[in-house]
Order: sequence, then structure tokens, then C-alpha cells
Amino acid sequence: MEIVNALSPGKSTAIEAGFNFAYLDEQTKRSIRRALLKAVAIPGRQIPFSSREMPMSYGWGTGGIQTTASVIGQDDVLKVIDQGADDTTNAVNIRRFFQKVCGVKTTESTAEATLIQTRHRIPETPLTAGQILVYQVPMPEPLYFIEPSRTEANKMHALEEYGPMYVKLYEDITRYGQISLAYDYPVMVNNRYLMKPSPIPRFDNPKMDMNPALQLFGAGREKRIYAVPPYTKVKSLDFEDYPFVVEQWEHACEFCGATDSYLDEVLTDDQGGRMWICSDTDYCNQRQPGRQG
Amino acid sequence: MAYVAVKGGEAAIQNAEALLQAKRRGDAALPELSLAQIKQQMQLAVNRVMAEGSLSDPDLAALAIKQSWGDLVEAAFLLRAYRTTLPRLYYSQPLDTSQMHLKRRISAIFKDVPGGQKLGPTFDYVHRLLDFKLAAENNTFVAPERHRSDENTGNGNGKVLDPSSLSPPIQSHCSTPRITDLLEQEGLLQPEIAAAAAAPFDLTRQSLTTPTGRDARLQNLVRADEGFLLAMAYSTQRGYGTNHPFAGEIRMGEVEVVICPEELGFEVAIATVTITEVQMVNQFKGNQATPPQFTRGYGLTFGYNERKAMSMALVDRALRAKELGEAIDGPAQDEEFVLFHSDNIEAQGFVQHLKLPHYIDFQAELNLIRTLRHEHDAQGIQGDGEDKEER
Repeated sequence: MEIVNALSPGKSTAIEAGFNFAYLDEQTKRSIRRALLKAVAIPGRQIPFSSREMPMSYGWGTGGIQTTASVIGQDDVLKVIDQGADDTTNAVNIRRFFQKVCGVKTTESTAEATLIQTRHRIPETPLTAGQILVYQVPMPEPLYFIEPSRTEANKMHALEEYGPMYVKLYEDITRYGQISLAYDYPVMVNNRYLMKPSPIPRFDNPKMDMNPALQLFGAGREKRIYAVPPYTKVKSLDFEDYPFVVEQWEHACEFCGATDSYLDEVLTDDQGGRMWICSDTDYCNQRQPGRQG
Repeated sequence: MAYVAVKGGEAAIQNAEALLQAKRRGDAALPELSLAQIKQQMQLAVNRVMAEGSLSDPDLAALAIKQSWGDLVEAAFLLRAYRTTLPRLYYSQPLDTSQMHLKRRISAIFKDVPGGQKLGPTFDYVHRLLDFKLAAENNTFVAPERHRSDENTGNGNGKVLDPSSLSPPIQSHCSTPRITDLLEQEGLLQPEIAAAAAAPFDLTRQSLTTPTGRDARLQNLVRADEGFLLAMAYSTQRGYGTNHPFAGEIRMGEVEVVICPEELGFEVAIATVTITEVQMVNQFKGNQATPPQFTRGYGLTFGYNERKAMSMALVDRALRAKELGEAIDGPAQDEEFVLFHSDNIEAQGFVQHLKLPHYIDFQAELNLIRTLRHEHDAQGIQGDGEDKEER
């Protein structure tokens, strides 16, 4: 069956008839690229864009998909991950969408990809100059749980009025002895804009800092785009006496033995049995002899 | 390996789609629904899908309803996803609803009105008794015989007016004044003034940001989820942002859509669409600059969609609180609350995205809660009774 072949990574396929390259019309792509350029020029600042309805639901990666669609070219090699894995349903679904409407080559290898769309993780393999990482963002506004009104939040950003966020972190420390944000941990970009890194675990936050790759963030439902250009300072919020720390495991990956990667706890039976494995499937495979590629 | 089971594959996705298609078709012994049947016999569903799908095309709406297994929000989503791929060729001229070919027209604020009242096809005065005869097929229903005199008249009581009565009958193809125009002439109703030369906001091409203008708000409301608008409108009637509405006029019928292409320099009618228009008349006590007058809440939808259009008019008026210097204390008056939660295409997506895998974030939460519990237990062992009370 042709369709089955089209879905396997590593193959470039013919574009589905009746659709423009990358689904969106050229005018729309151009308007999104203008928003992206503005976002790159003002790192961490949320830029409104004319987000469109996509054939997938809002909240299911439409911001990332529109961002990818507006920067992807015929020669790009695309990798799509969700939860760090290339084979989760959502990742499979988005990859097959781009195969259908772009016919570009896809890959599971982080190093081989020119364009990576991700949800909830940053790959363990360090990114390199020239690569683009596109994040799917559900809630772009870091202040929303402090100030639900976007009109007010916009003012706070304009005035750099981030005190209430520090107060929230301080309250966490007084209540729990530590900052109780496990993921989507707020960062300050280029010493100016408070930014949500999307719901990546805080483990991934340090990877954003001075990263050689271009990092683009698309929030489709909320109609906002923002960016971290290559080699930009990204600092996770903390206090001098309570510095930012990432989580650690008392385990190594069951498959590849990695101790430096984000581990995912998998229940193996109903007796409390569990094992820990890399959430980044590509990283894990590369480290296992005989499983490369 | 055990963990493979939690990861979906390509085959699973394809099988799920195939299963959905088979289940949607149902028993193959029964004849398949045709688009014509849906378009004709489920017209109000088609209308709702066109309104929320933001595309006036009964054929495509019928296809969407068939494809979505009867799920109207899903059908509206299909239409939206399709319309977004269409090029924007022209903006139409404003619809002239005074030229509407009327199918229904009622006003609750006068017993009789110039042009007359006309009930048209409505559930309003139908006793809601299940019609068991309808369960049998091959029913035939004949539209009532129309006499010249009663074709277009009939007041709110359903009584046919004598043609020699106060109001001339509605001539469906000529102009029928809107009741609100008459109030406006007397200066009792705040006139609607076209915004300055600036082009109207385009919700389908621009990002909605607050504070908004009324053009953006109305565009948002016209596509808003009917249930959401209904509840918001209802809340204003129960005291959460009360604005004392009267149904000034409700009219439903066909209007021409006219464009004026620059290259031609003259107007061309390109289509006829059925719409429902509602103008609510609301109190306004006036302020230093303005004497007391009535104000307007405006509702409009594609198709025959009266409950939605009325709800929209109430919510539009509620959202004018700021402009009219009224206290904002009900959710329906809060434009951020209403406008950013009204779109069911957005809302259904975000609510349902919780079905996507979240195991990485959950792992992070697991790590955190274990740490917190560990510290909590450690404190409990060290601490005295006071600590325990604090729990």
C-alpha cells in the first residue's frame, strides 16, 4: 500500500493533490514569517499572529504546525517528537501530515534533522547551528495564573513588572521548601522578557540557554508566536539562596544505561513493578549497540 | 516490551479511522443518508454548522454533518478547516437587511408595525408533544394555502390582518423598514454610526487582541458556540449584568450579497443568503453628554438560527457596558471572558487535548510530589504536635 510507505520515516513522498505545499497558502505563510521575524528580533516577546484553523484541533499542536509549515522547504529533513518519542500517536500524526502536504524527507535522528517539531521535550542530543526547533505551546502567557486578563498581562510585560511571579515562587518556598513548578518553568529571555518554555520538564530548561539552534514557539489557539534566537541567554527564575536545580534520578536507563537523560517511569505490572527508560527514543537507540538508525 | 503498548503506532491511527468510518455508516442494510436529505430535512443543523463554521455553503455543511457522524461541533470544525484554505477575493458590501425577502418578521415592542408581523415557520407556538405519527415514514405535509392578502401579513397573535388595516402588507421583494429605524428617526434609539474610514477588523485574518472594537466583537459572537452564547445571554437576564432587553425586531429571510470589484467600479450581486437578524432595544439612562435613550444589541447569523441570534444580541449589548459607562459586574460584560471562551473550535480542542500523552510532565510531577512527601514525612518525624496540627 502506498499510504503505509508514505508514513514510514526516512522516505520522501509525493504531495497530496489539491493542497498547497505545507497546506497553508503562501500569503498566510508570509504573514506568519513576518511574525516570526519580529519574534526573533525581540527575543521572548509574544507576537500576535493570524493563526488559522488547521485540519487538526486547536490545542493539538496547531501553533507548532503552522510555524513549521511556514518555514519548511523542499530540502528540509523533518523530525517530529512528542514526549521525546518519535512513535507517540501525536508525533506520528503530525509527521504523516507533513509527509502528506510537503512530501519532505523525515527522520528520527536528531542530528540528521534540519527542522524538529516537539511537544514537551528538548532532544538530549545537543542541537547545532542551522537547526530549527519548533515548540508546540498550549499557554504562551507566563503570567496567566497570576493575571488571567491578557490586557493586564500585556501591561505587566511592557513595564517589566515581574514582581508577582517572584512572589509566587517565594510563596512556594515558604510553603513547600522549594519551588513547586515541575514543568513549564518560567524563564527570563535576554534579560528582558519573562517567557514560558512550553510544558517541557524543568530538566530541559538549561538546554535553551545559549543554544546554537533557532528556537521557535507557536501557540495556535492563543494566536501568539515567540522565539529564542541562537546564542541567546535564557535564565530560569530563581533566588540567590534557592538556585534553580533540575531533577535527578537514582536510576539509569534500563535500555541504554544513560544517567544523563530524562527518564520516564514505566509501570510494568500491577505489583508496583516499574522501570526507568529514556524518554528521548532517538537518544536511547543511538546509545544501544546494533540499534542505530 | 511492556512500554510499547502505551505508544500508538501508525497502524493504530489508521485502524481507528477505518473503524470510525464503518461505525458512522451504521447498518449497511439501511439506505445511506444523502447530502440532499441532510440539507433539506436537517436544515437547522446545517444552519448552525454554517454559522459556527463561518462559511455559508449548505452543501458543504451537509457533507460535514454526514462526515462528522452528526456531531455538529465537529462538523463546524471541518468547515472552518476548509474555509481557511480558501483565498480571500473580495469583501462584500454591507448587507442591506431592509431589503430582505422576508420569511419571518416579528416585533415585540409594538402590537402592529409598518410592514406587518409575520410568524413564518416557527416552533414558538407549537405544543411540544412528541408527534408519533411522524415516526412513520412517507408523511406528506403541505404548506398552508397562501392568499394574496395573508401571504405576507399576520400579526404576533397569528391573526391574519385585513389588507385594509393600518399596515400595508410586506412586499417581499421591496423594502421593509426596520422597527429600529423608526425609533431612530424619533431620536429615541442611539444611532449606529459607521466607524471612520478605517477598514473593519477581520477576525479570520487578524489576531484578536483586547481591548477590542465592536466590529471584532460582533465577528467573534457571530461564530460563537450557540450553547455558550445562550448561557451568557441567560445570565444577563438573571442579574449578572442586567440590561433590560426588548425584542425590537427579529427578521429572517434572504438578502443579496453584493461586491464592488475595483476593476469593475460597480456593484454586482453574487449570491443570496438566508440570515436571521435580531435587534434588541435596551434601556440606557443617559449621562451628562447624552439624554436618556434606548440602545441596541445586535445579533446576526447565517441561516435560520433565532435562538443564537437573540443570544448574540443580548451579549453584544452586555459587552457595550464599558462604552456606555456601565458597571461591569457580570461575566457576560467581560469581553476577555466572553470573546476568548466563545469559540467552540478552540474550546473543544483545548479541552480534548488532555487526551494527548502527558507522561513527561506527569513524570516531573511524580518526582516533585515524591520529594515533597519525603520532606513532609521527615518533618513529621522531627517535629512536635504543633507541626502535626498544621497539617
